[in-house]
Amino acid sequence: MSITRYQTPELSNWSSFDRLASFRDEVNRLFDFSWPSRDSGLFSGWSPALDVSDDKDAIFVNVELPGMKKEEINLTLHNGALTVSGERKQERAAEEGETFRSERYFGKFQRSVTLPAAVDASKVSASYKDGILTVELPKAEEAKPKQIEVGVS
Amino acid sequence: MNATLTSPQSQTPTLRNGSHRVSYLTPLANILETADGYVLEAEMPGVNKDGLEVTVENRELTIIGRRAMTERNGREVYRESPASDYRRTFELDPSIDTAKVTAKMEQGLLTLHLAKAESVKPRRIAVNG
Repeated sequence: MSITRYQTPELSNWSSFDRLASFRDEVNRLFDFSWPSRDSGLFSGWSPALDVSDDKDAIFVNVELPGMKKEEINLTLHNGALTVSGERKQERAAEEGETFRSERYFGKFQRSVTLPAAVDASKVSASYKDGILTVELPKAEEAKPKQIEVGVS
Repeated sequence: MNATLTSPQSQTPTLRNGSHRVSYLTPLANILETADGYVLEAEMPGVNKDGLEVTVENRELTIIGRRAMTERNGREVYRESPASDYRRTFELDPSIDTAKVTAKMEQGLLTLHLAKAESVKPRRIAVNG
Protein backbone atom coordinates (compact mmCIF):
# COMPACT_ATOMS: atom_id res chain seq x y z
CA MET A 1 0.00 0.00 0.00
CA SER A 2 1.27 3.38 -0.91
CA ILE A 3 1.47 6.00 1.80
CA THR A 4 2.31 8.87 -0.49
CA ARG A 5 -0.14 11.62 0.14
CA TYR A 6 -2.15 12.35 -2.93
CA GLN A 7 -1.80 15.98 -3.83
CA THR A 8 -5.03 17.52 -4.83
CA PRO A 9 -4.43 19.17 -8.17
CA GLU A 10 -4.89 22.88 -7.92
CA LEU A 11 -8.24 23.96 -9.16
CA SER A 12 -7.63 27.24 -10.83
CA ASN A 13 -11.09 28.57 -11.10
CA TRP A 14 -11.44 32.31 -11.15
CA SER A 15 -15.12 32.63 -11.75
CA SER A 16 -15.15 36.13 -10.33
CA PHE A 17 -12.88 37.16 -13.16
CA ASP A 18 -15.39 35.98 -15.73
CA ARG A 19 -17.09 39.33 -15.63
CA LEU A 20 -13.75 40.96 -16.25
CA ALA A 21 -13.11 38.48 -19.04
CA SER A 22 -16.35 39.47 -20.67
CA PHE A 23 -15.38 43.13 -20.44
CA ARG A 24 -12.00 42.25 -21.91
CA ASP A 25 -13.70 40.66 -24.92
CA GLU A 26 -15.73 43.80 -25.42
CA VAL A 27 -12.59 45.93 -25.38
CA ASN A 28 -10.89 43.52 -27.73
CA ARG A 29 -13.80 43.77 -30.08
CA LEU A 30 -13.71 47.57 -30.03
CA PHE A 31 -10.02 47.96 -30.58
CA ASP A 32 -9.31 44.70 -32.33
CA PHE A 33 -6.64 44.11 -29.79
CA SER A 34 -6.13 41.13 -27.60
CA TRP A 35 -5.39 41.45 -23.92
CA PRO A 36 -4.19 38.35 -22.19
CA SER A 37 -7.22 36.13 -21.90
CA ARG A 38 -8.17 33.88 -19.04
CA ASP A 39 -6.39 31.14 -20.98
CA SER A 40 -3.09 32.93 -21.19
CA GLY A 41 -2.45 33.08 -17.52
CA LEU A 42 -2.69 36.56 -16.15
CA PHE A 43 -3.50 34.99 -12.78
CA SER A 44 -2.97 31.29 -12.79
CA GLY A 45 -0.97 30.08 -15.73
CA TRP A 46 -2.62 28.56 -18.72
CA SER A 47 -6.07 27.37 -17.83
CA PRO A 48 -7.71 25.86 -20.91
CA ALA A 49 -11.51 25.99 -21.06
CA LEU A 50 -13.17 22.81 -19.85
CA ASP A 51 -16.74 21.57 -20.36
CA VAL A 52 -18.56 18.67 -18.73
CA SER A 53 -21.73 17.04 -19.99
CA ASP A 54 -23.39 13.70 -19.35
CA ASP A 55 -26.12 11.37 -20.47
CA LYS A 56 -27.45 8.25 -18.80
CA ASP A 57 -24.50 6.09 -19.86
CA ALA A 58 -21.45 8.32 -19.80
CA ILE A 59 -19.79 11.57 -18.77
CA PHE A 60 -18.07 13.68 -21.43
CA VAL A 61 -15.28 16.13 -20.71
CA ASN A 62 -14.12 18.53 -23.44
CA VAL A 63 -11.00 20.66 -23.11
CA GLU A 64 -9.89 23.33 -25.60
CA LEU A 65 -6.25 22.69 -26.40
CA PRO A 66 -5.42 24.27 -29.75
CA GLY A 67 -2.21 23.45 -31.57
CA MET A 68 -0.91 20.55 -29.52
CA LYS A 69 0.26 17.07 -30.32
CA LYS A 70 -1.69 14.26 -28.74
CA GLU A 71 1.50 12.87 -27.19
CA GLU A 72 1.82 16.10 -25.18
CA ILE A 73 -1.51 15.57 -23.40
CA ASN A 74 -1.76 13.44 -20.25
CA LEU A 75 -4.92 12.14 -18.65
CA THR A 76 -5.22 10.65 -15.18
CA LEU A 77 -8.18 9.43 -13.24
CA HIS A 78 -7.89 9.34 -9.48
CA ASN A 79 -10.48 9.23 -6.70
CA GLY A 80 -13.28 10.26 -9.02
CA ALA A 81 -11.38 13.22 -10.41
CA LEU A 82 -10.13 13.54 -13.96
CA THR A 83 -6.92 15.50 -14.47
CA VAL A 84 -5.80 16.77 -17.85
CA SER A 85 -2.25 18.06 -17.98
CA GLY A 86 0.47 18.64 -20.48
CA GLU A 87 2.94 21.02 -21.93
CA ARG A 88 2.77 22.96 -25.14
CA LYS A 89 6.17 23.53 -26.60
CA GLN A 90 7.13 26.36 -28.87
CA GLU A 91 8.42 25.08 -32.15
CA ARG A 92 12.04 25.78 -32.84
CA ALA A 93 11.36 27.57 -36.11
CA ALA A 94 9.25 30.04 -34.21
CA GLU A 95 12.19 31.11 -32.09
CA GLU A 96 14.39 32.13 -34.97
CA GLY A 97 12.55 35.14 -36.30
CA GLU A 98 11.70 38.44 -34.68
CA THR A 99 8.47 38.31 -32.71
CA PHE A 100 5.89 41.00 -33.40
CA ARG A 101 3.08 39.66 -31.31
CA SER A 102 3.08 36.95 -28.73
CA GLU A 103 -0.27 36.14 -27.18
CA ARG A 104 -0.27 32.36 -27.27
CA TYR A 105 0.68 30.56 -24.12
CA PHE A 106 3.43 28.00 -24.11
CA GLY A 107 4.29 25.83 -21.17
CA LYS A 108 2.56 23.59 -18.71
CA PHE A 109 -1.09 23.43 -17.81
CA GLN A 110 -3.24 21.31 -15.55
CA ARG A 111 -6.98 21.13 -15.11
CA SER A 112 -8.90 18.84 -12.79
CA VAL A 113 -12.57 18.13 -12.54
CA THR A 114 -14.49 16.08 -10.01
CA LEU A 115 -16.72 13.78 -11.97
CA PRO A 116 -20.44 13.95 -11.16
CA ALA A 117 -20.80 10.14 -11.01
CA ALA A 118 -18.75 6.99 -10.57
CA VAL A 119 -17.13 5.84 -13.80
CA ASP A 120 -15.73 2.60 -15.12
CA ALA A 121 -12.03 3.46 -15.32
CA SER A 122 -11.26 0.56 -17.65
CA LYS A 123 -13.56 1.90 -20.39
CA VAL A 124 -12.40 5.52 -20.57
CA SER A 125 -11.54 6.71 -24.06
CA ALA A 126 -10.27 10.00 -25.44
CA SER A 127 -9.93 11.68 -28.81
CA TYR A 128 -8.27 14.90 -29.99
CA LYS A 129 -9.76 16.70 -32.95
CA ASP A 130 -9.79 20.33 -34.15
CA GLY A 131 -7.84 21.31 -31.04
CA ILE A 132 -10.45 19.91 -28.67
CA LEU A 133 -9.79 16.96 -26.40
CA THR A 134 -12.88 14.85 -25.75
CA VAL A 135 -12.83 12.29 -22.97
CA GLU A 136 -15.66 9.78 -22.74
CA LEU A 137 -16.06 8.17 -19.32
CA PRO A 138 -18.71 5.43 -19.21
CA LYS A 139 -20.61 5.47 -15.93
CA ALA A 140 -20.20 2.58 -13.55
CA GLU A 141 -23.17 0.24 -13.46
CA GLU A 142 -24.17 1.33 -9.97
CA ALA A 143 -24.19 4.99 -10.99
CA LYS A 144 -26.60 4.52 -13.88
CA PRO A 145 -30.18 5.52 -13.26
CA LYS A 146 -32.46 2.57 -12.74
CA GLN A 147 -36.13 2.30 -13.16
CA ILE A 148 -37.78 0.81 -10.13
CA GLU A 149 -41.15 -0.80 -10.46
CA VAL A 150 -43.42 0.26 -7.67
CA GLY A 151 -46.43 -1.89 -7.29
CA VAL A 152 -49.55 -0.02 -6.29
CA SER A 153 -52.01 -2.19 -4.55
CA MET B 1 -32.24 22.92 -19.96
CA ASN B 2 -31.17 22.34 -16.43
CA ALA B 3 -28.04 23.26 -14.54
CA THR B 4 -26.53 25.09 -17.49
CA LEU B 5 -23.49 27.15 -16.75
CA THR B 6 -22.58 29.20 -19.73
CA SER B 7 -19.59 31.45 -19.85
CA PRO B 8 -20.38 35.14 -20.22
CA GLN B 9 -18.59 35.34 -23.55
CA SER B 10 -21.15 33.09 -25.17
CA GLN B 11 -24.06 35.34 -24.44
CA THR B 12 -25.05 37.55 -27.29
CA PRO B 13 -26.04 40.96 -25.98
CA THR B 14 -29.50 41.98 -27.02
CA LEU B 15 -29.90 45.54 -28.21
CA ARG B 16 -32.87 47.67 -27.20
CA ASN B 17 -34.65 47.16 -30.50
CA GLY B 18 -34.51 43.42 -29.95
CA SER B 19 -31.96 42.62 -32.62
CA HIS B 20 -28.93 40.53 -31.77
CA ARG B 21 -25.46 41.81 -32.26
CA VAL B 22 -23.17 39.15 -33.59
CA SER B 23 -20.32 38.81 -31.14
CA TYR B 24 -17.04 37.28 -32.11
CA LEU B 25 -14.14 36.10 -30.06
CA THR B 26 -10.70 37.46 -30.80
CA PRO B 27 -8.37 34.53 -31.38
CA LEU B 28 -5.01 34.71 -29.64
CA ALA B 29 -2.27 35.25 -32.18
CA ASN B 30 1.48 35.16 -32.57
CA ILE B 31 3.26 36.96 -35.38
CA LEU B 32 6.90 36.45 -36.22
CA GLU B 33 9.15 37.60 -38.98
CA THR B 34 11.30 35.20 -40.92
CA ALA B 35 13.86 35.85 -43.63
CA ASP B 36 11.33 35.70 -46.45
CA GLY B 37 8.10 36.68 -44.78
CA TYR B 38 5.89 36.54 -41.73
CA VAL B 39 4.25 33.68 -39.89
CA LEU B 40 0.92 34.34 -38.22
CA GLU B 41 -0.57 31.78 -35.84
CA ALA B 42 -4.10 32.09 -34.47
CA GLU B 43 -5.77 29.79 -31.98
CA MET B 44 -9.28 28.74 -32.88
CA PRO B 45 -10.18 25.53 -31.08
CA GLY B 46 -13.27 23.83 -32.49
CA VAL B 47 -12.71 25.18 -36.00
CA ASN B 48 -11.63 22.96 -38.86
CA LYS B 49 -10.67 24.02 -42.36
CA ASP B 50 -14.27 23.94 -43.58
CA GLY B 51 -15.22 26.65 -41.11
CA LEU B 52 -12.29 28.86 -41.93
CA GLU B 53 -12.45 32.01 -44.01
CA VAL B 54 -9.31 34.02 -44.72
CA THR B 55 -9.69 37.13 -46.88
CA VAL B 56 -7.31 39.86 -47.97
CA GLU B 57 -8.85 43.13 -49.03
CA ASN B 58 -7.25 46.57 -49.22
CA ARG B 59 -4.20 45.38 -47.30
CA GLU B 60 -6.44 44.06 -44.55
CA LEU B 61 -6.32 40.42 -43.61
CA THR B 62 -9.48 39.06 -42.03
CA ILE B 63 -9.73 35.69 -40.37
CA ILE B 64 -13.11 34.20 -39.56
CA GLY B 65 -13.40 30.81 -37.88
CA ARG B 66 -16.75 29.11 -37.47
CA ARG B 67 -16.96 26.25 -35.04
CA ALA B 68 -17.75 22.87 -36.46
CA MET B 69 -21.15 21.71 -35.35
CA THR B 70 -20.09 19.02 -32.96
CA GLU B 71 -22.92 17.23 -31.32
CA ARG B 72 -22.75 17.97 -27.64
CA ASN B 73 -23.41 14.73 -25.91
CA GLY B 74 -26.24 14.76 -23.44
CA ARG B 75 -26.95 17.35 -20.81
CA GLU B 76 -24.56 20.19 -20.08
CA VAL B 77 -23.24 20.02 -16.53
CA TYR B 78 -20.56 22.70 -16.60
CA ARG B 79 -19.32 24.91 -19.38
CA GLU B 80 -16.44 27.31 -19.82
CA SER B 81 -15.84 27.23 -23.55
CA PRO B 82 -17.49 30.07 -25.44
CA ALA B 83 -19.90 29.23 -28.24
CA SER B 84 -19.04 32.27 -30.38
CA ASP B 85 -17.16 32.14 -33.63
CA TYR B 86 -13.80 33.81 -34.07
CA ARG B 87 -12.93 36.92 -36.03
CA ARG B 88 -9.88 39.10 -36.23
CA THR B 89 -8.49 41.64 -38.66
CA PHE B 90 -4.84 42.46 -39.24
CA GLU B 91 -3.38 45.30 -41.24
CA LEU B 92 -0.77 44.06 -43.68
CA ASP B 93 2.54 45.72 -44.25
CA PRO B 94 2.93 46.98 -47.85
CA SER B 95 5.96 44.72 -48.20
CA ILE B 96 3.76 41.61 -48.12
CA ASP B 97 2.90 39.97 -51.39
CA THR B 98 -0.81 39.32 -50.85
CA ALA B 99 -0.89 36.89 -53.76
CA LYS B 100 1.38 34.56 -51.84
CA VAL B 101 -0.52 33.82 -48.66
CA THR B 102 -0.71 30.19 -47.64
CA ALA B 103 -2.80 28.80 -44.81
CA LYS B 104 -2.70 25.63 -42.78
CA MET B 105 -5.21 24.51 -40.17
CA GLU B 106 -4.09 21.90 -37.68
CA GLN B 107 -5.76 21.01 -34.37
CA GLY B 108 -7.49 24.36 -34.07
CA LEU B 109 -4.35 26.32 -34.85
CA LEU B 110 -4.29 28.41 -38.02
CA THR B 111 -0.84 29.08 -39.44
CA LEU B 112 -0.54 31.65 -42.21
CA HIS B 113 2.63 32.23 -44.19
CA LEU B 114 2.81 35.73 -45.60
CA ALA B 115 5.60 36.12 -48.11
CA LYS B 116 7.48 39.37 -48.58
CA ALA B 117 7.44 40.83 -52.06
CA GLU B 118 10.59 40.10 -54.05
CA SER B 119 11.33 43.82 -54.35
CA VAL B 120 11.78 44.30 -50.60
CA LYS B 121 14.01 41.31 -49.97
CA PRO B 122 17.62 42.23 -49.30
CA ARG B 123 19.68 41.80 -52.42
CA ARG B 124 23.40 41.74 -52.84
CA ILE B 125 24.64 43.99 -55.59
CA ALA B 126 27.78 42.96 -57.30
CA VAL B 127 30.36 45.67 -57.59
CA ASN B 128 32.26 45.77 -60.82
CA GLY B 129 35.80 46.86 -61.15
